[in-house]
Amino acid sequence: MGELAQYLITGVGIGCAYALTGSGLVVIYRVTRVVNFAQGSFAVFAALTVTTLLAGGLPHGLAEALAVLIAGLIGLVVGLVATGKPGTTPQAALIVTLGLGVLAYAIEILLWGDQPRSFAGLPGSVTVLGGRIQTHYLLIIGVTAVVLAATALLFARTDLGKALTATAADPYAARVLGISVLRMGLLAFAAGGALGGLAGVLVTPVQQVSFDSDVALVVNGFSAAILGNLTRPGLTLVGGLLLGVVQALVGGYLSTSYQTEVALIFMLAVLIVRAGRRDVVEAAA
Amino acid sequence: MIRVDRLTVRYGAATALDGVSLSVAAGEMVALIGPNGAGKSTLVNTLCGLRKPAAGTFAVDGKLALVPEGRHLFAPLTVDDNLRLGAWRSGSRDTAHIYALLPELTKLRKRQAGKLSGGEQQMVALGRALMSRPDVLVIDEMSLGLAPRVVAGLAGHLRERNAADGLAVLLIEQNARLALDLCDNAYVLEAGRIVAEGPSAELAGSAEVAAAYLGLEA
Repeated sequence: MGELAQYLITGVGIGCAYALTGSGLVVIYRVTRVVNFAQGSFAVFAALTVTTLLAGGLPHGLAEALAVLIAGLIGLVVGLVATGKPGTTPQAALIVTLGLGVLAYAIEILLWGDQPRSFAGLPGSVTVLGGRIQTHYLLIIGVTAVVLAATALLFARTDLGKALTATAADPYAARVLGISVLRMGLLAFAAGGALGGLAGVLVTPVQQVSFDSDVALVVNGFSAAILGNLTRPGLTLVGGLLLGVVQALVGGYLSTSYQTEVALIFMLAVLIVRAGRRDVVEAAA
Repeated sequence: MIRVDRLTVRYGAATALDGVSLSVAAGEMVALIGPNGAGKSTLVNTLCGLRKPAAGTFAVDGKLALVPEGRHLFAPLTVDDNLRLGAWRSGSRDTAHIYALLPELTKLRKRQAGKLSGGEQQMVALGRALMSRPDVLVIDEMSLGLAPRVVAGLAGHLRERNAADGLAVLLIEQNARLALDLCDNAYVLEAGRIVAEGPSAELAGSAEVAAAYLGLEA
């Protein structure tokens, strides 16, 4: 029982990082219709930045917050490069983000080398249902809950959130009303960058990060987001948690080697089910 | 309110508007009629600053709002959200005055805009445009796809706003009978050029306009 509780809570913790990465993808896609393949890089860049800031003497909390802010700024720059030129299609922007993700590898290796890095998280451990769990996992869960709730409130309750949704729903009408489609897109990229950065900052104390850790994060984040059709943050959270828990159980009871494969099979299954549904709809029409 | 002077707009090599001049005075209702592809929507987009002219000038005194062709509501958002975004540029986003002007919308305020009927959507589009308390309203194809009863209701609302607040209106319509009945003056746009203009009653009496747009024998 203790072992199961341990796997469940660590799974939820890691799932939160996937959900944050996936939510960043969702925020960007909802507003710009661009699938941002550089999303994992925000997490890696923020995590590695924290290691430098801590080494430079900044206290915990401030270093993490600053790194998330920097990730948001990087998101803004990625958005500007990918979508700043008028008339850029979402497909072209997707390829640009892919290129920027590869460029990020070079910059990260140049700045931090190719060895995995980590830093200390919240110290101590607690016992939950007989299982020993690092306290840091509870921090990951708590922060994710607050941030994703705030993101959901932003979209559901504020005029800014409505304007972000409106921009995606009808860019022409948004422009007619004086809503800057470019600014909304850049804001979404900045928010996506910050969410990705937060994922990296939160997960690094329990999982070392290196320049290529973005692949696992973006594959899992994308798998989580695709459950919500890349547009629904609530389902992205569910997808992230599901992936995290299943991977923790697979890793715990079978082998950690299969964890990424679980994400890929999950994503494949969702895509097949969705494609099947579309066939049904089209056949009915 | 609106003064357009020898305006030319091009899409690459194609000329959509070729030296168009027209004016809409304060408190005036003006119709712009013409067939598909005449350049009516290009003029709308230029007036809204979405397209740059190749030559000529235009000036808008006061606040301009647009009801675009096809409504262009934000389908996933509620009626109330759509209305509030109509005042995105202004400070106050209080929707109370729109529900007072268009009481039909009150019962729809929490409904998703994409799930409304065509007439209801056009009413929301009108309300959204009025949210910014404009001095001049441009309406692109108000009657498109709507039942005559619905169109009559919308036209009634426009007349009321024009009479009560002095709202100037530029009504861009393929339904020439509606446009000429509703507006004091009118212009006829064909292939990017103004080919006729004057008081609506005079234009309706012109044999060419009657034959081309009102379905009457020349």
